[in-house]
Amino acid sequence: MQAVNVRLIQITLLAVILGGWQLGVTTGVIDRFFFPAPLDIVQQVVTWVIDPGFYKHVGITLSETVLGYLIGTGLGVAAGVWLGLSPFTARILDPFIKAINAIPRVVLAPIFVLWLGLGLWSKVALAVTLVFFVTFFNAMQGVREVNPVVLSNTRILGARRSDLLRHVYFPAAASWILSSLRTSVGFAVVGAIIGEYLGASAGLGYLIARAEGNFDAVGVFAGIIILAVFVLIIDLLLDVAEKRLITWRPKAGEERPA
Amino acid sequence: MSIAAAKIEAVPQPGLPPMVTIEDVTMAFGSFVAVENVNLTVGNGEFLSIVGPTGCGKSTILNAIAGLLKPAKGQVSIDGAQVKSVQNNIGYLFQQDALLPWKTAFQNVELGLMFRGVPVEERRVKVMAWLEKVGLKGFEGRFPHQLSGGQRKRVQMAQALITEPKVILMDEPFSALDIHTRHLMQNELLRLWQEDRRAVVMITHDLEEAIALGDRVVVLAAGPRSRVIESFGVDLERPRNVSEIKLDPKFMTLYRDIWASLRGEVEKSYASR
Repeated sequence: MQAVNVRLIQITLLAVILGGWQLGVTTGVIDRFFFPAPLDIVQQVVTWVIDPGFYKHVGITLSETVLGYLIGTGLGVAAGVWLGLSPFTARILDPFIKAINAIPRVVLAPIFVLWLGLGLWSKVALAVTLVFFVTFFNAMQGVREVNPVVLSNTRILGARRSDLLRHVYFPAAASWILSSLRTSVGFAVVGAIIGEYLGASAGLGYLIARAEGNFDAVGVFAGIIILAVFVLIIDLLLDVAEKRLITWRPKAGEERPA
Repeated sequence: MSIAAAKIEAVPQPGLPPMVTIEDVTMAFGSFVAVENVNLTVGNGEFLSIVGPTGCGKSTILNAIAGLLKPAKGQVSIDGAQVKSVQNNIGYLFQQDALLPWKTAFQNVELGLMFRGVPVEERRVKVMAWLEKVGLKGFEGRFPHQLSGGQRKRVQMAQALITEPKVILMDEPFSALDIHTRHLMQNELLRLWQEDRRAVVMITHDLEEAIALGDRVVVLAAGPRSRVIESFGVDLERPRNVSEIKLDPKFMTLYRDIWASLRGEVEKSYASR
């Protein structure tokens, strides 16, 4: 009963806001140029969604996100486990890592475009720089916080160094990485979109940038809605993945998406 | 505080060939000396209990036998071979949870055999047999967080014993369990050990547990610079029932004698705080 009421109120609220907006536009109170009518936006979204050419853009943004996530996570885990296991190297590299991490990633986008061109890879590179540090710090933490008793026990049971990596360190790091899964996938999306927005010939970010260039507010708003749905769908998939992957843990990590 | 070095040789019961020998061992962390000049011999198949006040460096002795810590002086050997690195021919029951949380009961018990390269099928048969032995049939697919404290201890026992170690080391293995579970686990442990007698070194601060389980009880002095002060043979018949044995008059006499020796040390360790 309570749940139904909540839903009802939510729907009413949405209807009031959108209805008021639509009314404001038709009566001329709200400037159509800056705040286009909700119905026009919906129309634009529908036109895109039924157009097969639109999915090329979705596909490109999705592949940039996935590639950025996978490459960033791979490099982050490798570096995190390595530095987690050799505190001496970690101490030496510490100021460099901090300095690189301090750079706002957006300013790197022009450099990546310069190096890698306007295509897919400059966006992937931007996503990688964002994802890498999240995974890196989590993996390092995971390795450093392995319970020493568990480690001693595993060594006594006959584990060699490679066994320890495979059965103790990587799973320990993996559990931390999974708990930051949402954060890093969120970063991968952000990297891909910003990259496209700043210079590309395809992708969801490019659609928004193009609409903006044509002073087409309807297109910008429609692009934003499409993006929101895109991220929600990814979030839903992550929910399923998370539940399957961390069966051994009593509770899933409480991390919010970026 | 050096008492005129009356060197106490703690020797096993007659008739048992030595399995673990600790000779003149001193364990130190920087300038802090935890135990000094400890001499102990554990016979093959002997169950040795070590009691002492908290903080007297009991655990460092076990870690020296396991090869996890290097003695500052003296040497430890297992079955005639000197301990130089982490030992794989021992089983270690830790006080804390030492199971890998991301592996099931089955996978945890399997670890020792897997690291030794035992084929998959042989491993499966052995692991299932051991899980049944410790009363966990049907729990093989559970993760540690899905098991109770007692069940996790059982998994740890199976994990430590499946490799058929020469020596079993126990560091207050049951102290985290409630009293009933503890008695149950102690009886279980005695039953498993009785089946296949191996040398055991158990550390505890619970004197009742030390006597009820052990063949011999060694008392350590208050730390730092702890050493062995006395050794008592426990001539109680086996098989024993841990909850009933405490009513045996022989048990009570032993308890009184050992407590007389231990009490002074416990008081000293409190006084020095």
